[in-house]
Parts: sequence; structure tokens; C-alpha cells
Amino acid sequence: MAYSDKVIDHYENPRNVGSLSKSDRTVGTGIVGAPECGDVMKLQIKVGDDGVIEDAKFKTFGCGSAIASSSLATEWVKGKTVDEALEIKNTDIVEELSLPPVKIHCSVLAEDAIRAALNDYRGKNADAAPVEQAAEKPGE
Amino acid sequence: MSHHIYLDNNATTPLDPRVLEAMMPYLQDRFGNAASRSHSYGWDAEKAVEEARQHIAELLNCSPKEIVFTSGATEGDNIAVKGAVEMLAKKGRHVITAVTEHKAILDTCKYLEATGRADVTYLDVDKTGRVSVEQVAAAIREDTILITLMAANNEVGTLHPIREIGALAHERGIWFHSDATQAIGKTPFDVQELNVDIACLSGHKLYGPKGVGALYVRRRAPRVRLTPVIHGGGHERGMRSGTLNVPGIVGLGEACRLAHLEQQKDAAHCRELRDRFEQRILAALDHVELNGHPTERLPNTSNLSFAYVEGESLIMGIPAVAVSSGSACTSASLEPSYVLRALGVGDDLAHSSIRFSTGRFTTEAEVDEAADAVIQTVSRLREMSPLYELAQEGVDLSTIQWDAPEPH
Repeated sequence: MAYSDKVIDHYENPRNVGSLSKSDRTVGTGIVGAPECGDVMKLQIKVGDDGVIEDAKFKTFGCGSAIASSSLATEWVKGKTVDEALEIKNTDIVEELSLPPVKIHCSVLAEDAIRAALNDYRGKNADAAPVEQAAEKPGE
Repeated sequence: MSHHIYLDNNATTPLDPRVLEAMMPYLQDRFGNAASRSHSYGWDAEKAVEEARQHIAELLNCSPKEIVFTSGATEGDNIAVKGAVEMLAKKGRHVITAVTEHKAILDTCKYLEATGRADVTYLDVDKTGRVSVEQVAAAIREDTILITLMAANNEVGTLHPIREIGALAHERGIWFHSDATQAIGKTPFDVQELNVDIACLSGHKLYGPKGVGALYVRRRAPRVRLTPVIHGGGHERGMRSGTLNVPGIVGLGEACRLAHLEQQKDAAHCRELRDRFEQRILAALDHVELNGHPTERLPNTSNLSFAYVEGESLIMGIPAVAVSSGSACTSASLEPSYVLRALGVGDDLAHSSIRFSTGRFTTEAEVDEAADAVIQTVSRLREMSPLYELAQEGVDLSTIQWDAPEPH
């Protein structure tokens, strides 16, 4: 399969690989996917006092498109408020990375990872309203 | 083409230049139809075909009269299984095979079941990919007419105990077919010693051309006759009609002649490089599993699972190396290999599996470069793998309740 230049760029030079402290109150962690399905994404956000996402990190087990989708997601959430980050749709990722139909699930997973991380952050900070019902995420 | 290290010789082999040279005249001025009886073009083509038949017979240790030319092993498997089931319909309807067979066998068996022509037993394999003689013996029924088992598995290289199963089949009066596509050229394949009644091979797996293969059909003890799948003219003792692919057959014959001469040398070469490759990787990386049998295995095949790294992303990171992934992640279903699944490899590890297969033209420098590229990429991908991170933290991944994000 031929990958788009943007997928290859994110695969070769992934942005924001790493981990933030899960126990930090200002950090939200989302882990989605399953090893048996060949895709697991961990996406973390760190929210500043002003409600703006000041840092984001990811780690992904998955194909090049999955790595690129999560790498791109960390780039996009940075500098956004939690509400703004929720506006990111998987279709935006598909478009940006020119993902073929068989790789659309990678973008869906990235969107799920963003939501899971935002949910986790909101759950930790009871003063904020929950984003939406979220299943318990593994590894926490 | 960006690939320059070819480690996918189980998918197909490059054409040996000596094979191409042998074929060339038959693609040019020696274009006769081997069935033409009235002129020298035809006689010349027929002579070339009979020479090729002789070479194949020498490789398999059989009579040239027992060789039927086909378009490849998929056709060979179809003729063998459908042909035997139809020929022996009055005697019985039970076929024994195994779950790790090539789709050419499995799909054919399923077709025969679906159309009500056969009952098929699909034997499970052990965790190395083998079936035992005892398993086969236990599966035999009064109406068993055919046992079909591959000599060597294409994905993991595991060798079945063909000789012993063949002896059992002969003792019980059951025909024994073996898909020898991967074995021939890599291991000795003597149909007398192995007690095989029907066997198929394919040109492009042993440095010959694509689109041509051969079927061995025993003439005595037992005398095997197969109902043809393709009708029209009665070529090849009525078992496979159609004008013979003379250049392809000449190429297959030359490839088999070379395989007969060089099989031991090729096997030693492939084994040395394969072992060197494996040792280099295992010395540098932990959490690497070998799939298949450690010793009863093709000398050129190495199927490895790199835990915590997804196979497709690994392949993407070694663009100079041509290999096959253990999972077909190119489909939306993300279906891992049915062969690895049959060996009991978990779906998570199946997604982390790569098949490396060396060949006659692989060099030491190539396997070293490939191993180093794999080591570097696996290390890099593990650094960005959440699974590796969890494992490093001491979390047992099997205890985690994972999401099932979408049905698949």
C-alpha cells in the first residue's frame, strides 16, 4: 500500500511522542483500541490554568496511519481549549492525511483517544462538567 | 522500486538467469505447439517438453510419465483434490486435511463440502504447526479416500511428518496428496521415500517462471487416476487439457534440473543466512518469538513476532527490505493470519509477526543490513508503543480490559 507523504512524515518524525504523569490532576489520559485489533493509542493532554491545552503526548501501537493519526491529533489539540479540542472530527484527520478507506478506523481511533483524554481530565476536575459518558479506560 | 533486499522468497523467487536463458529460444523462433505432429516446429517443442518432464521426474524420483503440467500449484491442488474426490466417489467421500493448509486446498475442500460431494476433517496443528501420524490415524474413517497435507507450510515453514503419514495412507489404502510447493527445492522431496501418491509444485517458488507448475500422479501401487478439472483435447493423459505452455515448461524443467543439482547447496546457504539473521536479531532484541517449529522447519524461513510492535508499521520502517506481514492489515477486517491463529499465536502477537524468507541469491551483507534495520525500527517503535510502556511498568497486558472500538 502506498502511504501519503504526510503519513510518512508523521511516521518518520512523529510529533509529541512520550508520556505525561497519569496522576497529575491537570493531565487527562485516554487509551483506546485493543492489541488483538492491531491498534492501541494512548493520548494525553495537559491543561493549563487558563483552560488551554498546553501540552499533548501520544504513544501508539498500530500501523503507520494509526501512528500518523495520533501524532497529528496531538499537534491539533495543543493550544485549543477542551471544548475546542472536542470539535476535532475524524474526517478532518482523514482529509489532512489523505487516508484511504481501509485506514479510516485509524482516524476514528484518534478521535476516540482525544475524547477519552478530555473525559479523563474533566473527570479529575469535578468543577468542570463531564464531556460525555465515557467507558473506563484501561491502564489507569 | 525502493526495495533492494529481497527476503520474501516464500512468496515468489526471482527467475534464475540460467532458467531465463533456457526459455528464451522458446519465446522466439522455437514457438511450436507440442501437440503438432506434422512438422518440425511441433516435434521440437514436444522434445523440449519431454526433456523438462524428465528433469522434474529426476527431482522427484519418479517416472516422467507420472508428471502432468499445470499452470501452478493452485491448479495442481484443485486437480488433486477435486479429481480424487470425483474419481473415488463410489468408494467414499471423506477427506482429511489440516487447518494450516494453503487456501488452494482449504477453499477447494469447502467447495466440495458445500456442493455435497465430500466430508472433510480439518486437523488441528500443535503450537509448532505440525500434525501427528496419530492424529491422522484417528481421523481415518471407513470411507476416507484422500489425505492431503502440505509438505511445508508457506507462512511458518513447519514440516509435517510426510513419510510416516504417507506410510499410514498406503497401509490403509488411502491416496495421499501433498502440496509440496514450498518444500521442493528447499528440502529433498523423493516421492518414493515419502510415500506420496500425488504432489504438486510451482515454477515460481524454485527460481522458475510464474504460471507453470507440475503435478505428480502415481501410476503404480496405487494407480492414481484423477478426473480432470479442465476438459478439451485430452492432453497430459487426459488429466489436464490445454495447449502446453512450452516456454514455461522449459523454464520449469531447467529450474527443477538446477534444484536437483543444487538443492543441498541452496539449503545450506539459506539456512546459514537465516540462522545468522535470527541470531543477530535475538541477540539485540528481547520479546521476540519464533513462530513454527524450531528444527522441523524449512531452512530458509523465519517467522518472528516482535511483541508490542505492529507488523505493518515495522514493515514501513524497513523500506529497503521486502518481507511479508503475518497479518493482512490492509483489509478493514484487520484479520490476523489464520495459520498463526491455528498455532495458538494470540491475535496481538499475530499482528506483530513478519515472515522473512531467504533464497539462492540472498547474501550475507543483505541479511546483516536487514537484521540491523529490523532491530533499529523495532527499538524505535517500542519507544512509542503504549503496550511496551505498560509491560515495562510491570502491567500484565492480558489482565487489561481493552476497548472494542468498533466491530471487526
